[in-house]
Amino acid sequence: MTDKTMTADDVAARLASGMTIGIGGWGSRRKPMALVRALLRSPLTDLTIVSCGGPDVGLLAAAGKIRRLVVPFVTLDSIPLEPHFRAARERGAFALTELDEAMFMWGLTAAGQRLPFLPVRAGPGSDVLRVNPHIRTVTSPYADGEELAAVPALRLDAALVHLNRADARGNGQYLGPDPYFDDLFCEAADAAYVSCERIVSGAELGRAGCPRTLLVSRMFVSGVVEAPRGAHFTSCAPDYGRDEAFQRAYVRAAADPDAWAAFAGRFLSGDEDDYHAAVAAFSEETAEETTGKPTGGTVEKTAGERP
Amino acid sequence: MTAEAGPMTVTRAEYCVAACADVWRGAGEVLASPMGTVPALGARLAKLTFSPGLLLTDGEALLVGDVPEPGDGAPVAEGWLPYRRHLALVATGRRHVMMGASQIDRYGNQNISCIGDWARPSRQLLGVRGAPVNTLNHPTSYWVPRHSPRTFVERVDMVCGVGYDRAAAAGPSATRYHDVREVVSDLGVFDFATPDRTMRIRSLHPGVRLADVREATGFALRMPDGAMPDARTPDGGVPATRAPDAAELRLIREVLDPGGMRDREVPPCGP
Repeated sequence: MTDKTMTADDVAARLASGMTIGIGGWGSRRKPMALVRALLRSPLTDLTIVSCGGPDVGLLAAAGKIRRLVVPFVTLDSIPLEPHFRAARERGAFALTELDEAMFMWGLTAAGQRLPFLPVRAGPGSDVLRVNPHIRTVTSPYADGEELAAVPALRLDAALVHLNRADARGNGQYLGPDPYFDDLFCEAADAAYVSCERIVSGAELGRAGCPRTLLVSRMFVSGVVEAPRGAHFTSCAPDYGRDEAFQRAYVRAAADPDAWAAFAGRFLSGDEDDYHAAVAAFSEETAEETTGKPTGGTVEKTAGERP
Repeated sequence: MTAEAGPMTVTRAEYCVAACADVWRGAGEVLASPMGTVPALGARLAKLTFSPGLLLTDGEALLVGDVPEPGDGAPVAEGWLPYRRHLALVATGRRHVMMGASQIDRYGNQNISCIGDWARPSRQLLGVRGAPVNTLNHPTSYWVPRHSPRTFVERVDMVCGVGYDRAAAAGPSATRYHDVREVVSDLGVFDFATPDRTMRIRSLHPGVRLADVREATGFALRMPDGAMPDARTPDGGVPATRAPDAAELRLIREVLDPGGMRDREVPPCGP
């Protein structure tokens, strides 16, 4: 039985500059942030990032890691516009492949199915085809003769996703309401890395949720990383919700270079344990500000286990 | 027909909620996808009154069987609709979306991607999201809470949602299911039921003058059939947006939005 467990830094060490990397989750939801933070600590650069973008894109953009971005949107959900993505776009910091959401989904699907493209009724008429001159159209060979977008496969060198549970062999389980495109990312990639809240036994996977929660199969997974609160500050339902106070602080800091340097110094200069320690201290301060008095050990935990 | 004086005065936001609800009148069993507070209230109002067959989501991955207040939980689930199924549903046509628009033009082309040159935008927004696929596959309407010449523009900077001229130019696969229905703003209701499919005023919300709309719109709007504004009757013949009836008002105020979220999106306007 192959044990595929490794650390987030092991994952970063397996990647190379210039690679095309898909990142699972959606907006500010279940992003593999522990793995993204490992990318930030690494010397990797010139990356092509493929994502339904959230703070993963923002952080990598702020760190100058991105050469090309492939996205249908970038948002923090409860805060509509991602500040680092905006700033990077407005200073022309990287190349952009801007795709419609359906084109994005069928592009990933095509890659997983080893197809060169899939036809999609999206693109024609919009400026998506103007700003993506590499995307061709295809004419139906049947009587209708319809001309549709031939969305090219979004083949990835590597995929990074975060799930609620996984076993050491790489079977990944989601317990929230939405799989997003995480299995599509893994199938579209030459190597997929799954971080999870907890590595459990196969028997425990079976007890935690019905078979259809087993989203990602080990046959597509190269590495498994146990990363408790590894999606922070994005949501990882039902284990925890988005850390809205932290997300607001992230956005505030992004507005000013000095504030951002201080934020990055406080939260992103150390390893993953340092990050969570700094977040815990931040949460305590925020709780004090909110209640006007120290709360000591009563800082609310959102990461409670649920059966 | 117009607002009554006193405590029961219908607010601008309530006219907007009713106008948004009317977008889904007669829609049958389709998914109503409202974006924004007022369209969300409109979709729920439609489901509770004249369009009981509508399907709604909880904003996440559940189709809800009841009509909770926006932001509330969804005790009754009638289906599962995660993002991937939602996108696949679009291609079936069983959906009528009401999207926002950072820019919209006379043919109904909509932009939520960026302002300025796409290669180096002066203001980066969300990205195209699903606007291209939505507009080519099922009915689409728009909600603009602040009608201004910066939003109602001669040409949008990046066509995300496809309008009538661009769909026609792209050919039959683009026009086959293309159906941009209505635009509701804080000033009035607009549609594209004109020979050249350019935007037409359908009604003005009470208290709004035709001149207000013209000033706030960066292109010339078509007039409704029979409307003949002149110097003496500047709004002559342009209909007023219907007021929600008493039952609808009660639903809006007591059931759907007792917290008054609608007023934060469309503030009550003074005399």
